[in-house]
Amino acid sequence: MTDINNLKRISTQVRRDIIRMVHACQSGHPGGSLGCADLMTALYFQELRHHPSSFSMDGTGEDIFLLSNGHISPVFYSVLARSGYFPLDELAGFRFIHSRLQGHPATLEGLPGVRVASGSLGQGLSVGCGAAQAKKLNHDSSLVFVLMGDGEQQEGQVWEAVLYAGARKLDNLIAIIDYNGKQIDGAVDNVLPLGDLRAKYEAFGWHVTPFDGNDMEAVVGVLQQARIMTGQGKPQMLLMKTEMGMGVDFMMGTHKWHGVAPNNEQAARALAQLEETLGDY
Amino acid sequence: MEIKVLNHQDTRSGYGDGMMELGKINPKVVALCADLTGSLKLDAFAANHPERFFQTGISEANMIGMAAGLTIGGYIPFTSTFANFSTGRVYDQIRQSVAYSQKNVKICASHAGLTLGEDGATHQILEDIGLMKMLPGMTVINPCDYNQTKAATIAIASFDGPVYLRFGRPKVPNFIPEETPFIIGKALMLKPGSDVSIFATGHLVWKAVEAIEILAGLGINAELINIHTIKPLDEEAVLASVAKTGCVVTAEEHQMHGGLGDSIAQLLGRKLVAPIEMVAVKDVFGQSGKPEELMVEYGLDTPDIVNAVRRVVARKK
Repeated sequence: MTDINNLKRISTQVRRDIIRMVHACQSGHPGGSLGCADLMTALYFQELRHHPSSFSMDGTGEDIFLLSNGHISPVFYSVLARSGYFPLDELAGFRFIHSRLQGHPATLEGLPGVRVASGSLGQGLSVGCGAAQAKKLNHDSSLVFVLMGDGEQQEGQVWEAVLYAGARKLDNLIAIIDYNGKQIDGAVDNVLPLGDLRAKYEAFGWHVTPFDGNDMEAVVGVLQQARIMTGQGKPQMLLMKTEMGMGVDFMMGTHKWHGVAPNNEQAARALAQLEETLGDY
Repeated sequence: MEIKVLNHQDTRSGYGDGMMELGKINPKVVALCADLTGSLKLDAFAANHPERFFQTGISEANMIGMAAGLTIGGYIPFTSTFANFSTGRVYDQIRQSVAYSQKNVKICASHAGLTLGEDGATHQILEDIGLMKMLPGMTVINPCDYNQTKAATIAIASFDGPVYLRFGRPKVPNFIPEETPFIIGKALMLKPGSDVSIFATGHLVWKAVEAIEILAGLGINAELINIHTIKPLDEEAVLASVAKTGCVVTAEEHQMHGGLGDSIAQLLGRKLVAPIEMVAVKDVFGQSGKPEELMVEYGLDTPDIVNAVRRVVARKK
């Protein structure tokens, strides 16, 4: 339980980082970042077997995480910095010129922890398929995790990769879908409904586990269980129900904070709801 | 270099045989193919190295993304399909997951240009060089015959960075001596001359070889330089040649917009102004037909090079 409480303290600080980053540059995507803060904290501070202080692009012997929905870069950068990939101070440069923290994650500036650029949606799962194939060729038993958005499932390339991974039994690949039900133009069900995502992935040969992505205990448990279930002939999809804007009351229950930065007053109201647990950057 | 026809072979077989060689000498080389294994001449590689051959099905976008992912594990992926499906269809995947991400992916593209023939304009991409050369950090190579394609295939495996390698379908004269080293970014002098510089790439190089013989009979001493690497362009070789001859003809199986001629005209405009004529497709789509008929129809044949030379030499005076 202490571990869970500690992870919750970290995720609260990560949420503060998200608000402060998008407020400072007056741009970026707070909604999905806040919703995924618990998952990303659980991954980077608990589940991933990785070497933050000695990042290598090939990730031999390490678990690899790929962010396909690159617009939630604030949460990605926060957990990377706080787990030791790069100095915490760099978070202040998010989206400013000459920073390594580009609006969407990139490798060009050499930011440790990023292995492929993302932002144009639908590409990450294919990269994950290749990375998973490489691990099999290398007899490397570590895993590949790919986080995608739910709206992103509207991209055709996702389904090419879903078909491939199922057919080729990539059982070292774990996809996570941030199922918050919202995208830029509104509710996913209004923009273009996804239907029964679980049934669709299962029909493509995947094992699917639904869970509550804002319940830290559930998140940790599902990630641990997923690792146990690797190597059994099926790729896995973790269907993660989240609340966009989680942790900031006025950002929840709406799609309006998908890609909008808070003003001074809104940022202050948001930060008042998020305790400074580890110290701001 | 003495130029003589050694045999007639398709450039795509140079790719397949180059891959066979790489399969033996470089354990990091892997091949991906989107349902065109026979067309890309990869059957032997697939049979000899099944663990390093990835059949992706008709899913080119996924193939490009997978290639980017395979580099993360330290592999050197060669993606393999038709030029049309290797570029325009997957441009954003190449741009973000490969070029911007600086991935060591080799995008290998067959059936480029009009010489694909009967399948028609849907498959005859004539814009691919332009698309690929615009991407920062992308190397663009268009070899001219079987031997050069095989040598290029082997050479790019040792080069760190994304490469677009373009070749074709029909059997054409194979004339570059097998022992000729393939140096990425280095123009290949085929015949020195003094009256005009002909810069040719791909299938048009042989047409240019034929043209310079005709031109010699007309009293025009043409210099012929093979530009197999369109990007980075061997600027030094181009400028040295034009400084000597004072006029230029470019020849390629590609649209005039965005191709080799475009790159050379841009260079000359910046560094050394000289009259230029371009043998290329003039902003139209192709059509079904036999490869040789199409080359005549769209002005990419030997007489077209001869006429372009005569025009540009006249402009010089």
